[in-house]
Amino acid sequence: MSAGAHIISGNVFEPRALDELIPNWKSEGAPIEVPVSSDKFLLLTKGQALPLPSPFDNKGNYVISLSQVVRWLACKAEEIGVEIYPGFAASEIIYDNNQKVVGVGTNDMGVAKDGSKRETFQPGVELKGRVTLLAEGCRGSLSEKIIRDHKLRDKGQGQHQTYALGIKEVWEIEEVKHKPGSVLHTVGWPLDSKTYGGSFLYHMKDRQIALGLVVALDYHNPYLSPFDEFQKLKDHPSIKPLLEGGTVLEYGARTLNEGGFQSIPFPVFPGGAIIGCSAGYVNVPKIKGTHTAMKSGMLAAEATFRVLAEGDPMETYWDSLKKSWVWEELHKARNYRPAFKFGLLPGLAFSALERYIFRGRVPLTLKHGKPDHEATEVASLHEPIQYPKPDGIVSFDVPTSLYRSNTNHEHDQPVHLRLKDPAIPELVNLPLYAGPESRYCPARVYEYVADEHNAPKLQINAQNCLHCKACDIKDPRQNIEWTVPEGGGGPGYTAM
Amino acid sequence: MKIMVAVKRVVDYAVKIRVKADKSGVETSNVKMSMNPFCEIAVEEALRIRESGAASEVVAVSVGPAQCADTLRTALAMGADRAIHVDSGALAPLLPLSVAKILKALAETERPGLMILGKQAIDDDCNQTGQMVAGLLKWPQGTFASKVLLDKEKQVATVEREVDGGLETLSLDLPAVITTDLRLNQPRYATLPNIMKAKSKVIKKVSLEELNVEIKSDLEVVQVTEPPKRKAGVILSSVDELIDKLKNEARVL
Repeated sequence: MSAGAHIISGNVFEPRALDELIPNWKSEGAPIEVPVSSDKFLLLTKGQALPLPSPFDNKGNYVISLSQVVRWLACKAEEIGVEIYPGFAASEIIYDNNQKVVGVGTNDMGVAKDGSKRETFQPGVELKGRVTLLAEGCRGSLSEKIIRDHKLRDKGQGQHQTYALGIKEVWEIEEVKHKPGSVLHTVGWPLDSKTYGGSFLYHMKDRQIALGLVVALDYHNPYLSPFDEFQKLKDHPSIKPLLEGGTVLEYGARTLNEGGFQSIPFPVFPGGAIIGCSAGYVNVPKIKGTHTAMKSGMLAAEATFRVLAEGDPMETYWDSLKKSWVWEELHKARNYRPAFKFGLLPGLAFSALERYIFRGRVPLTLKHGKPDHEATEVASLHEPIQYPKPDGIVSFDVPTSLYRSNTNHEHDQPVHLRLKDPAIPELVNLPLYAGPESRYCPARVYEYVADEHNAPKLQINAQNCLHCKACDIKDPRQNIEWTVPEGGGGPGYTAM
Repeated sequence: MKIMVAVKRVVDYAVKIRVKADKSGVETSNVKMSMNPFCEIAVEEALRIRESGAASEVVAVSVGPAQCADTLRTALAMGADRAIHVDSGALAPLLPLSVAKILKALAETERPGLMILGKQAIDDDCNQTGQMVAGLLKWPQGTFASKVLLDKEKQVATVEREVDGGLETLSLDLPAVITTDLRLNQPRYATLPNIMKAKSKVIKKVSLEELNVEIKSDLEVVQVTEPPKRKAGVILSSVDELIDKLKNEARVL
């Protein structure tokens, strides 16, 4: 229950927005201390690594733990009088009689698994304000409702959002192997040519490194397990030696936006606006979304001030967004990701053209492929993937990894992962898709176990949930709805 | 009657801890801290006693560096009336005897009728402070309390204790010291409105000099290491092999 506990990101940080917000962040003690010292890009095959020219320009950027930076920002905010209340979950939007959003409601605490009130029951509270800004991160539970109810995708750039699942570990490695500021990205193995994604390896300070695999959720093979692909990655000869002799400090996972420019919804609704990744401002080819998320927050704040002080409409947030460097940057980056719907090599080839020749000036805007949940093909078209057993040295099983995420939820509470139709898992997910949720969830929340008639039944271990939202995104029939669990629960990231 | 509750700020129970590289202790920087779970139970019990009418005021106390204020605000948000922070500043985490001496000094000023503490802190598992305070104050003690009943008229506390053989019931004349065990109660959630109100409540700061307590450390932590990694089990084929291994390998026979 502290700021930053649910924050997880790569992260190679571009200080552009922070420079505008807190120009003297360095002297204010921001935990942004490791400048990028090298930038490598590898195309991996099963046993080899082919160096490619790095498509990134990270001069002036820093390797950070976003969780730490957010904690620092929270301190700075509190210093100027902002009140922050971590550990309370906003579970509903509050409307007035004119369908204007006037605030949010927190969920009841102390509700038992069967829905009855426990000894410690406390009803939720309503938090009302003249302006409500939603910043729930990627696939926010309230933001998605607002986007749907107010048809904000149609009013915005028009395309659906697309996503990826990032799985990450922070390691403490041997001193001699550690090079602060060293940045590495890979593509290719272990993912196949039809699956978009890649890995990152960033050296922070104190012998710590951030290591992760990002898998786009428009993958086709229902037998794919992003967690196990990540374990495979760590076995590669260009990665394994670095990890040997080291210890894993933390583990976590979170989905991120990949829709970019084409998927930006109209972020304003009566009574407020959506900011940051809940709207979706990640620059996918740069693999950075922190600076644009921050800037969107700053622009919304300035618009909010105008609403409160001068009675201007909140729509000025949208106007200023379109005039800002966020818009320009995302426009330039718009065609990289959609090009990969044609495959890895065409995508890489197009990326090279975009990067060195077109630079976003092509007079067309590629559309995204199918929505992620529709991209999953039926299991009969694929073979189950045999993943190697974890060796306990660089690769691990899910329970071991989950322990490292410091995830905790009050045990006796209703399951926060809701099935719109409880019959769908056994009727559709299992027979048609071999139960993909039992594979893509990085916390193994979903398990098919034999019931008393020996028939497989979906068991939801909600306590393990990392709040990544992959299930809300990837379920083929969109039958799983992620809702907020009792406040205070979830992962406990400190260095992620 | 006033109840004094001592609370401690510890590494959150859900956090996976690690030992610092220099083996001087457990890593606590950038780690989530919370009120010790047994201290939460102590605060809850104090609040229930006050709500039953047997006490008029609950005072929360904490000894430690500046961040103790967070823990005291949680106690205030749960419903404590006042909070006192004894700033031990840069002094290394204080050991139970030092804390007990400080609590004794505070008790002599505040004059509570009852002092409630958690039975132990989950970082050091000492299980000493409550007992030491009672000894220094020459007050009766009821430790590992699983039930507390206060008789306001007779100024007596009946404490049911969890002991190895079962339950023991003691009758303590007030003022007394009680330490809480897990089954005593389920602490209430601090509600959002109460947390908001607690932000503006004043926490009284007291220095060690004002209390006239001299902190002298008689113990020095020499080294902290992780427990040895659990080795894989071995399946044996006969009783003779078992005896041989117990005798010659494990050397327990």
